[in-house]
Amino acid sequence: MTTQPEKSTGFAATDVLVSEFDGGPDTVQRALSTPDELQPHTELGLKDDEYDRIRQILGRRPTAAELAMYSIMWSEHCSYKSSKVHLRQFGDKAPQNTRMLAGIGENAGVVQISDDLAVTFKVESHNHPSFVEPYQGAATGVGGIVRDILAMGARPIAVMDPLRFGAADHPDTARVLPGVVAGIGGYGNCLGLPNIGGEIVFDPTYQGNPLVNALSIGVLPVSRLQHKEAAGVGNVVVLLGARTGRDGIGGVSVLASATFDEEAEQRRPSVQVGDPFMEKLLIESCLELYDAGLVAGIQDLGGAGLTCALTETAAAAGTGMRVWLERVPLREASMSPTEILASESQERMLLIVTPQNLPSVLAVAEKWGVWATAIGEVTPAEPDGSPGRLVISWNDHVVVDVPPGSLADDGPVYARPIREPADLILLQADKAETLPRPSTGDELRETVLRMVASPNLCDKTWVTEQYDRYVLGNTVLAQPEDSGVLRIDERTGLGVALSVDGNGRFARLDPYEGAKLALAEAFRNVAVTGAEPVAVTDCLNFGSPEDPAVMWQFAEAVRGLADGCQQLGTPVTGGNVSFYNQTGAAAIHPTPVVGVLGVFDDVSRRIPMGFPVPAGDASAGEQIFLLGETAVELSGSEWAWVTHGHLGGRPPKVDLVREQRLGALMSRASQAGHVSAAHDLSDGGLAQVLVESCLRHDVGARIALPDDGTTSFVYLFSESAGRAVVSVPRGHDKAFVALAADYGVACTPIGTTTREPVLEVRGEFTIPLPELREAWSATLPALFGGTAEIAGRHGDPEHAANPSAPAGDRGDAVLVSAAAGAAMETAAPIEAPLAEAADEVVSVTLEIAEPEDAVPGGPIEPTED
Amino acid sequence: MRIGVVTFPGSLDDGDAARAARIAGAEAVRLWHGDPNLYGVDAVVLPGGFSYGDYLRCGAIARFAPAMESIIDAARGGLPVLGICNGFQILCEAHLLPGALTRNQHLHFRNRDQHLRIESTDTAWTNGFTPGQEVLIPVKNGEGCYVADERTLDALVAEGRVVARYTRGNPNGSQRDIAAITNEAGNVVGIMPHPEHAVEALTGPSLDGLGFFTSVLRALAGASAGGQQPGGQ
Repeated sequence: MTTQPEKSTGFAATDVLVSEFDGGPDTVQRALSTPDELQPHTELGLKDDEYDRIRQILGRRPTAAELAMYSIMWSEHCSYKSSKVHLRQFGDKAPQNTRMLAGIGENAGVVQISDDLAVTFKVESHNHPSFVEPYQGAATGVGGIVRDILAMGARPIAVMDPLRFGAADHPDTARVLPGVVAGIGGYGNCLGLPNIGGEIVFDPTYQGNPLVNALSIGVLPVSRLQHKEAAGVGNVVVLLGARTGRDGIGGVSVLASATFDEEAEQRRPSVQVGDPFMEKLLIESCLELYDAGLVAGIQDLGGAGLTCALTETAAAAGTGMRVWLERVPLREASMSPTEILASESQERMLLIVTPQNLPSVLAVAEKWGVWATAIGEVTPAEPDGSPGRLVISWNDHVVVDVPPGSLADDGPVYARPIREPADLILLQADKAETLPRPSTGDELRETVLRMVASPNLCDKTWVTEQYDRYVLGNTVLAQPEDSGVLRIDERTGLGVALSVDGNGRFARLDPYEGAKLALAEAFRNVAVTGAEPVAVTDCLNFGSPEDPAVMWQFAEAVRGLADGCQQLGTPVTGGNVSFYNQTGAAAIHPTPVVGVLGVFDDVSRRIPMGFPVPAGDASAGEQIFLLGETAVELSGSEWAWVTHGHLGGRPPKVDLVREQRLGALMSRASQAGHVSAAHDLSDGGLAQVLVESCLRHDVGARIALPDDGTTSFVYLFSESAGRAVVSVPRGHDKAFVALAADYGVACTPIGTTTREPVLEVRGEFTIPLPELREAWSATLPALFGGTAEIAGRHGDPEHAANPSAPAGDRGDAVLVSAAAGAAMETAAPIEAPLAEAADEVVSVTLEIAEPEDAVPGGPIEPTED
Repeated sequence: MRIGVVTFPGSLDDGDAARAARIAGAEAVRLWHGDPNLYGVDAVVLPGGFSYGDYLRCGAIARFAPAMESIIDAARGGLPVLGICNGFQILCEAHLLPGALTRNQHLHFRNRDQHLRIESTDTAWTNGFTPGQEVLIPVKNGEGCYVADERTLDALVAEGRVVARYTRGNPNGSQRDIAAITNEAGNVVGIMPHPEHAVEALTGPSLDGLGFFTSVLRALAGASAGGQQPGGQ
């Protein structure tokens, strides 16, 4: 085949796609007359036997367009060919659940939460695009998952983002993280969806392969549930939304289904470009169409674009479909039929509507200023009753004639070889429990300060401030709380809680237990708010399935998650598998990320995480209890990693019965009003929880750890599962202790909250809260710069003189602090220790600073009185 | 009393503004950008969001909407108008308020609970506060840095038209810490933070935002009782 040089992108698959222009499109007729023409199936990611099967299905060689369609739909990303045999467990082991209205296989799972309302939620990966082009990759990740939610008939109401990056201080993390965060904010904020939680994890394992997962949740009246079937012969196929361009061609087959190498840079054309404004209009127009009852079937266009939407809607209904490709509105008129079918241009939906409703559909689209084009129609099944065919023409050339089910449902399925990683035995033998530990109070104090300043445990405000958490006015709790909590129904107070968690280190040490631990943590995060956990979504991030060791990790993780969900009675409603997360031969830690949805009958009884500010003149603080049991479990812990750079041993044991008991206790306690704050224990253990609970509202705590043979160190840093810290108001403590006994949950009094701003662990150390806050909050701004208080101009004395004026940036913070002294206490976020980082940070600040003359009025003036 | 809330393509906080108006005791009336009819509303809120994607310049396209032509005329005649965030940007583009809102100086979108000091209570939207009162209201914007030439800034200060200032830290670099301003008559107010997100204990950091909506009801009641201009108290 020849390649037209002017169209070359240095990207083999695209070259193949455009080459069909030599002599017009490759039609079905031409395929019949040139049966032996060599086809680039290997370049498109199809194996020889897969290609042979395509020829067998069609009874001829595929056309260029058909070949591209098979390569896309049979890619790992679309066909789940390596994971299918394992994922069946989610169905086989699914607990009885009457709430499920739609499950795996739909665009997203749907869970009924009241007589007339349901929610739909799902988490998905957008890892590779976000590494290649962080802003657009992350932005379109949000856009894609939101369309999945929309396709179920729901109004999207929030997003969450579990993110994993390489080492925090690695130069490439400074490229990827700010772009990803800006992309998520840029898209989600403009879409008007509150971002209510997520994760930000740093680990060198993700250096060449960050994980950008995106979760969205939506709400719908039960009666508005939509389906993707292209039912009703004669119905019209309508493409709604953005015009189709050349972006994202090969996204799923090339980016998501192959391992990264040095040529990743050249794959930028495979990344889609997002337009959140168009998506907002798409959401509003779809909702208006649903409410008017104008939609017979709907499917979003995401990975695999039109190819996926056409084949899946037709296959789901068993009907055929006739499509005229030249009707598709294009951004670039020169696009070939194959490119139109393969494009992953964002912000598009495929509608199936009756001919009578077509004018009304077009009118709604026009009202919102969205393109809507009838591109085809639903055709009957074959006379013998077998499913119909998908026939696609382009300017009178028939370029596709296939059974849609062969693309959508009957892709190859592999039971790939699995083998426990060779290094696992040695890794598990290298336990963290034997590492040197801090023993004196001073050493513990220093360890606490070092831990809270570490990238995984530090304050994430630098990131979360870039997300709108207020829009839509129903956000009850958002990050840094344990769960995002949303009001669903203003009238009844019905609400939901959502948490998403994962721990790649635990899963590396034991993928079966690691997956269960991720589930347990998300379950616990939801339960401690008082909500009842009801359903699960998952995003399974792994290396190459062609590596038996990775495949073993995957199989174990799926088994663990399926077993765990069965035990907890929370079915997996849907999710996503992301393979090939590796650079060269090195796979990432297996990283199952689990989202748990909980329900509140009355969301006003939600329990927040921060110790409450003592009311009025109450001199006595609240009682603090530790729920659950603490064992010596340090392997895979944040402590082992931060202080020793150690990963080895076995992860903490997980006992899901205890998790259930803890959840039931918290639900009951929240109904009875016994608990004013609750925080789950996970990364960083009790020490981290105490720090976060104190700093939330600047309320101190005096802790006296039990003298029961367990050392203070183990109490503070062990990461045993099934635990939480609660704050109980005076007068409720006896009742709460009795309730905990009823539920069989160990309940240990460990101290009281105090007005005095200190965290004291009796007999060990006392740390003033300002010192804790400084250590906790300085890390990300020092690494990524940019969003400290607005820069005062260097040498502008008026700034220092006025307490209400903007505080200085880190560059002149020292100057400002010195000049203003105590007056700056509230405004200046930076104090002495950060000055060490000043040089480095100043250079970052200067790079992004606007030129002096950017502000028409000149320098910022201080407040006038 | 009926408070109209305009929905432009890309408006996001329109539902929240309508909810706030209802909680304050008004009837919320949804207005559509393409419809010049204001349906006799007593006041108008231009809500936050990204009208038309903010792709040209924030508010630059929205000001030409048919609904805006009616609102501009009505505002010149004394109709109370509150522009929140994107609404503030639209009011500046429509020249109902001076100055402009530019990219935050740190170049990031920022969402935080922000302390403000109410500087002027002589407007239709702030007459229920006390001068100097400190309130806590969420701010969330990418382009909230208020700028104007020195003479305009001096005039705004001298004429008491700075309605609210950021305190305890300026989130976006606004000149003279300006968070909200008003026109000469006091009926048109633009504010960058979001009072509609601070009207319920369950979902907001305070109830301070409610004051903006109860103020306009008071102004309207006063106007209908005493024939006063809504702005003056």
